[in-house]
Amino acid sequence: MIRLKVSDPHTRLLMAMTVAVFLAMSLLKPGVFLSWNNLRSISFQFPEFALLALAVSVTMLTGGIDLSIVSTALLAASAGAILQTQVFENPSSLAATGLAVAAIFAVGALCGGVNGALIVHLRIPPILATLGTMQLFSGLTIAVTGGTALYGFSDRFLFLGNSSILGLPVPLVIFVLLAGLTGLLLTRTGFGFKLYLLGGNPRAARFSGINSAQILLRTYILSGVLASFAGLIMAARSNSVNADYGASYLLLSILVAVLGGINPDGGFGRISGLVLAVLSLQFIASGLNMLRFSSFAKDLVWGGLLLVVLAVHQAVKNRRNRATGPLVAEDKR
Amino acid sequence: MYQDFDQKHIPSELIRIEGVSKSFSGVQALREVSFSIAPGQVHGLVGENGSGKSTLIKILAGVLSPDRGALFFDGQPFRSVSPKRAIRKGIQVIYQDFSLFPNLSVAENIALVSEVARGAWRVDRRRVRELATRGVRLLGVELDLDALVENLPIFQWQLVAIARALVQQARLIIMDEPTTALTRIEVDSLLKVIRSLRDSDIAVLFVSHKLNEVCNVADRLSVLRNGSVVANLDSKPFDPLGVAELMTGRPPGGRTVRDRPDDRRVLLSVSNLARQGAYSDVSFDLQEGEVLGITGLLGSGQTELAMGLSGLLPAETGRIELDGKDAVIDGIQSALDLGIAYVPEDRLREGLFPKHSVLENLLAASVERSCGFLSFIDFQKFKGIATAWVERLSIKTSSLDLPVETLSGGNQQRVVLAKWLSTEPRVLVLNNPTAGVDVGSKTEIHGILQQLAEQGCGIIIVSDDLPELLENCDSIRVMSKSRLSERLTAEATGEDQLYRMLIGEVH
Repeated sequence: MIRLKVSDPHTRLLMAMTVAVFLAMSLLKPGVFLSWNNLRSISFQFPEFALLALAVSVTMLTGGIDLSIVSTALLAASAGAILQTQVFENPSSLAATGLAVAAIFAVGALCGGVNGALIVHLRIPPILATLGTMQLFSGLTIAVTGGTALYGFSDRFLFLGNSSILGLPVPLVIFVLLAGLTGLLLTRTGFGFKLYLLGGNPRAARFSGINSAQILLRTYILSGVLASFAGLIMAARSNSVNADYGASYLLLSILVAVLGGINPDGGFGRISGLVLAVLSLQFIASGLNMLRFSSFAKDLVWGGLLLVVLAVHQAVKNRRNRATGPLVAEDKR
Repeated sequence: MYQDFDQKHIPSELIRIEGVSKSFSGVQALREVSFSIAPGQVHGLVGENGSGKSTLIKILAGVLSPDRGALFFDGQPFRSVSPKRAIRKGIQVIYQDFSLFPNLSVAENIALVSEVARGAWRVDRRRVRELATRGVRLLGVELDLDALVENLPIFQWQLVAIARALVQQARLIIMDEPTTALTRIEVDSLLKVIRSLRDSDIAVLFVSHKLNEVCNVADRLSVLRNGSVVANLDSKPFDPLGVAELMTGRPPGGRTVRDRPDDRRVLLSVSNLARQGAYSDVSFDLQEGEVLGITGLLGSGQTELAMGLSGLLPAETGRIELDGKDAVIDGIQSALDLGIAYVPEDRLREGLFPKHSVLENLLAASVERSCGFLSFIDFQKFKGIATAWVERLSIKTSSLDLPVETLSGGNQQRVVLAKWLSTEPRVLVLNNPTAGVDVGSKTEIHGILQQLAEQGCGIIIVSDDLPELLENCDSIRVMSKSRLSERLTAEATGEDQLYRMLIGEVH
């Protein structure tokens, strides 16, 4: 489970699916789907959402969950927005932009820290702790923004959501860097090694002398920081922060995580799977859009796809189990 | 003709298995297995882990169907067996986990399954009670029908499960390793219950690898080795040593302790260690290279003491000295830093990460200190370490990447041991290190422990397997009511004496 292996059946299935969706869309709408414009617009759209999925995934790997990702993203973004629009005299200066960005990460890390502390020190189950902080953070966002949209970022800040470096959209670059770093953290460092073990069997982790409290705390901080990057991109892309933005992202990011093979019980799942899942869903959404389907068709197809992938996955597992013996459906992969 | 006459007789066999074979993806689990179980008899089925016992149970229970061979019930061919049909015929399996509902009362647990099977639409409290009372009476024991099962000691779970089987008109009760979690007194009472079942013409298939118990209770005995029946023994008495040899295919090992000088340096010295509700007033010395055994009835505090020494249930008062220096153990980290490692009892829940790879499991305990938060893992090095342990403890696995749960029990236990040995402990505390491990692996694990002692490691074995302690330990202490007895030397103590101390007849 440590190394990225394409031999993993789930990743193979996802890879096949992503390629199939891409080819199907390219064939159905050759001129439009494959156009530079469309690919560019896709690469601006998906990173914020993908970062949220990444944020929830790291917590799911420990067997927990972070329901406060969207609220964290918005609270962090509004901190940046307030600095940008109301505090700094010259918001476009490098220092002001830098401070705004730093404030966003700090708020994200703080939110994650609050989640982690509730889970580690008060031992509140993650799903309840983050359900509470989800409400808390979004309440705070409404309080600090006064319930209206904050807008009017400086150009330098907007660069982060709307421009390109060497032809690559900045949000895409941010996502690729963060996904790569997270992947590296999970598969190559002591932290990741212990995190997977902790997710696999928390009790054995305790008996093995693994410092679970430290790992959980850091995982939730990581989740908060990743979510705050999503908030940064959201704010910069739309040039506004609105407490209602991205409400549908929470459940979708959990869907993507599960589709990507992150085991909700913890211990198993790869970042590569997650990225493939995000890409295939994004290709589908954009393709359906071009084929002039209603936006509800997207939900239908996404939901159906999740069920199909899960069904195939389970069917393969059941067949293997029948061959080797275990009676009941196993709770983990 | 003669048939009428024949039917008046109690059939000489309840169930017969003839030439049953079963393979899973190329691995032959059972090979031409034949034997028969007579009504009112206790039939022992023994075999090492992986010898095919579980597969055979599942075939009898209708969960798996054999590739070849046939089952006969009351002399009639018993085809297309399903769990439901097996239960209708009166075949009841009591699995190791008992499959009870902890949140329901004893009466409900005993009666509900048969009520559901009857197709009852609603729960008739009076009927449930009647059924349960009947079940308990058949069993001939006392049970509080209103108690919640989760509040009962494990032994009574066992009784509830048997009573449940009885009210379902069981004719054959299959017990899968029924004595694993029981203390010796409880084992004795269970064997008594089993003998009383025999008197009401119910057959029992007693599946176990605890040979003393099987040989004691069984009327007939079948020995499985590598999926084949190597012996069907039809008459008592059975000789446990002879059966062990049949089971493993090699002669049994004897006492493994060599004579050691008694005046080695004291490694660990514990005085007046106490923790509320766990252990109190515990004092002992452990010398370098000494193997100390601690035993006690279930719930006497021996597990708590082991967890106390390893920082999982740290002491509130008392003193611990390591190498003559004061040592503070307030958590598992500080215990590990001092070089005290704890091998827990429950392999799958506490010792291993069952779905994770052998490599990850082997390194799980040492990674915390060998690898910092952001420092990169050197997988080549990890592989090297893991390979070395696999070789050193001869762990049988085809790859380091296999999930550890696919290994056999004995090999899993070696992985647990290796995981802890890789922290280079000076004191190793083990809790029932060979529970659920086959005889062959058990001997090898004992060998490993003796080797460690030879190298100066202090070893504390907490176990309720008295022969194991007598074979392996230099000294033994008995724990009762959270307190530790005087030091006994293993050579001078017999199993009977130890057993009598255990149940409180001698002090």
